[in-house]
Amino acid sequence: MDYVLLVEQLLNGFQLGIILFLMAAGLTLVFGIMDLVNLAHGSLFMIGAFVGGTLALATDSFVLGAVLMVPAMFVIGVLLETIALRTLYRRSHLDQVLATFGLILFFNEATRLIWGPEGLVIPLPDFLEGTVALGAGITYPLYRVVIIGVGLLVALGLYLLVAKTRFGMLVRAGASNRTMAGALGVNIPALFTLVFGIGAVLAGLAGLIITPITQAAIGMGEDVLILAFVVIVIGGIGSVRGAFIAAVLTGVIDTMGRSFLDLLLLLVLPANAAEAAGPALASMLIYILMAGILFFRPQGLFPPRGATVIQ
Amino acid sequence: MTRRLTPAGTVTALVLALCAAVPYLAPALDEPFYVIVFARIMIWAIAAVSLNLIMGYGGMISFGHAVYLGIGGYAVGILGFHDVTSAWVQLPVAIGLSAVVALVFGVICLRTRGIYFIMITLALAQMVYFLSVSAERYGSDDGLNILWRSDFGTRLFDLEDSVVMYYTIFAVLLGCLLVKWRIVMSRFGMVLRASSSNDTRVQAVGVPTFRYRLVAFVIAGVMCGLAGFLQANLERFVSPDMMNWHRSGELILMTVLGGTSTLFGPVVGAVVFLMLSEILSTITIHWHLVFGPFLVLVVLFARGGVMGLLGSRARHD
Amino acid sequence: MCKRILGAVAIVACTSTPASADIKIGFVTTLTTPAAVIGRDMRDAVELALEHIDHRMGQETVEVIYGDDEFNAQKGKQATERLVLRDNVDLVTGYIWSNVLLASAPVVLNADKFLISANAGPSPMAGRRCHQNFFNISWQNDQTPMALGELLNQEEIQTLYVVAPNYVAGQNMVAGVERSFTGEVVGKDMTVWPSQRDWSAELSKIKAAGPEAVFMFYPGPAGPAFVKQYQQAGLIESVPLFSVYTFDSISLPLFQAAGIESVLGSKMTQFWAPDMDNEQNRKFVAAFRDKYGRYPSFYAAQSYDSIFFIKSAVEAVNGNIQDLDGMRAALRKAEFPSVRGTFRMGTNHFPIQNFYERRVVQDTEGNWTTSVGPVVLEDHQDPYAGECAMEG
Repeated sequence: MDYVLLVEQLLNGFQLGIILFLMAAGLTLVFGIMDLVNLAHGSLFMIGAFVGGTLALATDSFVLGAVLMVPAMFVIGVLLETIALRTLYRRSHLDQVLATFGLILFFNEATRLIWGPEGLVIPLPDFLEGTVALGAGITYPLYRVVIIGVGLLVALGLYLLVAKTRFGMLVRAGASNRTMAGALGVNIPALFTLVFGIGAVLAGLAGLIITPITQAAIGMGEDVLILAFVVIVIGGIGSVRGAFIAAVLTGVIDTMGRSFLDLLLLLVLPANAAEAAGPALASMLIYILMAGILFFRPQGLFPPRGATVIQ
Repeated sequence: MTRRLTPAGTVTALVLALCAAVPYLAPALDEPFYVIVFARIMIWAIAAVSLNLIMGYGGMISFGHAVYLGIGGYAVGILGFHDVTSAWVQLPVAIGLSAVVALVFGVICLRTRGIYFIMITLALAQMVYFLSVSAERYGSDDGLNILWRSDFGTRLFDLEDSVVMYYTIFAVLLGCLLVKWRIVMSRFGMVLRASSSNDTRVQAVGVPTFRYRLVAFVIAGVMCGLAGFLQANLERFVSPDMMNWHRSGELILMTVLGGTSTLFGPVVGAVVFLMLSEILSTITIHWHLVFGPFLVLVVLFARGGVMGLLGSRARHD
Repeated sequence: MCKRILGAVAIVACTSTPASADIKIGFVTTLTTPAAVIGRDMRDAVELALEHIDHRMGQETVEVIYGDDEFNAQKGKQATERLVLRDNVDLVTGYIWSNVLLASAPVVLNADKFLISANAGPSPMAGRRCHQNFFNISWQNDQTPMALGELLNQEEIQTLYVVAPNYVAGQNMVAGVERSFTGEVVGKDMTVWPSQRDWSAELSKIKAAGPEAVFMFYPGPAGPAFVKQYQQAGLIESVPLFSVYTFDSISLPLFQAAGIESVLGSKMTQFWAPDMDNEQNRKFVAAFRDKYGRYPSFYAAQSYDSIFFIKSAVEAVNGNIQDLDGMRAALRKAEFPSVRGTFRMGTNHFPIQNFYERRVVQDTEGNWTTSVGPVVLEDHQDPYAGECAMEG
């Protein structure tokens, strides 16, 4: 096997992992701290792409659009939390699923009404186009390198925020034991709103950052949402570190499966059987991974320290 | 339930009466199309009823329940593809296969709880889904057309007759409701409910809850497999889409919408969910704009779903 | 609640009571989901055709009722049932997706009505599942890629990499190219449809395989996304990209807006192009551009044709559409002004027609569009016609 291809596929997997991490980080915090199953997190991914894309087209600058998207998504997240989701915290997971599914339908249709069915195409600025040579004969699309860089920066920032600041301490306290944190005088509603706003910004960023590659489309967040749920369950709910590791693991395994599984199967199966089984097995791979991990570690890889079993 | 004729009981009786009358009512109103709509709704109701057995009473939120729809359906589709149309082969295969799959899945899933249970059922169902997608011989993504409905070998009972088909579905729905009612009222049902609220305590009393929950899981799988068998026959078409996670999600939605842990809630949920989609989608293609907020409002103002709104208390909290 | 449902049923019953038109045509296409861009083009073309025939076929007034397949075979079948059983349409046309058509066809054909596909041409319907009341007014799925395979041979391409979505049309497209291409296929990826929108893994494999050319098929908005990534991966200059059904008036404005100059000059094959020189096409393209401010896509062209196709049959039986045999005989003749010029119906009710080279160009006003070139396959019949047991 050609090592250039191998390295490239690792990078591809890593880049997918970064997108999944941006989605999963918000999701795992919202779930871990507020105990809210928020299916509408996928809508935030989509809204980030459309709002950020529109801002980019209006200002004629992708970077400026991305910068302006941050406060816009924060406001949208805060509004969503205070208007619709706040009342759901005390409800059962099933009620939350039903209500946030309703929100998905609403957001999809509203997006269609505002932006039309054709979605949105965001051109990349010239300086982000093209490929870069990474040495040793490996060339890689520049923009995908940028995605990886941005994702790593966000991950680092998030790590510092959660591990080193007072806000982070409260978040960790909330993830481990909500009732106790509240009893100790933490302003829980404000904390929740803030966390939700940050989650919305991260999801929006993920949506916007992938749009120059895949285009913005209605419902684009739904398949990513399921993968993000897989990620947070593998990583341990409430753990940002776990989400990062699980996201990269998921991205790399999925990409590696799509690239090399049919070749591997060729070693043990006849050609036509390998050609048929390869894609199927590749699609199943991350689910097999999740089922396997849950079978041996029913609380995921990195459950927050001292966390009670989340039912 | 209907004895005291609470609002919920009245609705139950009315919905069942409506279902029974549709094959005569619809043509009389010059709307024969609604016969097939109601047949479809009842099949979804059977699947939702089966899900509610484990979800509403056993606390097992399966996000992969539609997989049994697919298994039951493909039993008809694949056997039919190989010219085996006898119902006496297809039906046992559909039921047996659902039971075996549910048993295997149950053993794996029941180790976990809560969100982990939800995700592992999703994972297992997705595996079967991708398996069906890759089955090129059986149409992959595009599915299989079913040329002949299951053949019971007698002219007295011929599913090709749309009225027979309809009342078969209706009878299965009644049967499933009856089975569920008997289960819920029995000691078995009590253990199931008790273990969903506090498993450790029930185990401490010396009841092997795992076995109870596994049996419930298998019964629910078989019921849903039966729904898949009926759906394949009604639609004359099976495809991997039947067991896509969207379908599993819709089953949960219908159940919650109608009211979990009520006997009849899932049926009402299926009727409301599908009739509303049917009606709204004929009015405007932007119907999700209304339907989405409707679901939110149901959650906010009708605790316990539609049945909760009608005053039927959930049997446990 | 129950009363409310009954009430709503009654309301729907009232709104769908027979309309005033003499002839009702059901048209199934995609009106929601991202693929609705295609459905919009088709609907716009049908509305234009209705205007051009003054909502009349012979003496009869005509009405089109649209059904939304929601980009899903099961939903498409239900939409078809609604049209056939509730709206009681006289015939059904439309259908973008092969899988929707395959699931829906029995509903229409069992009701003894004509089904005319305005786009989807899956192989079973051309071969063993052909039906006397089914007609296709576009092409059989294999034909356009077969023409492309021939084009690749003409361009002396030796090694080819193939990427397509893993659903019936995607498989047909790949089979079509492989049928006529004489070089070697060095790699093939069938991707998850429609969810996969990032082809990084496949693009890396293409780069590693180093083929002389790449063949791809992605309908609707997925096509431009693929091409953009192909460009970002630095492949577009080094490995020419050949495609079918990807560069059209739906995607080209998006390419132009995104400034992807490298698609100019891209070659493909097709049975039609907006600049084909015949009277019907000139009228259609000019009116479409005038009314909607954009070029029509081939989906639009086929939909426009479908209305005139039906009109020719209705007029042949003097409006007596219950005369199924008369209608069928007229449909088999296909004597109507088609935007593609003249063509014949094969014995399996699929067109026998020319396939042309087509390339992306800039028109005089600076819009990107496609232009027709020389014939690649002449009077071409699909390879499944022989499997069709229908008596000619």
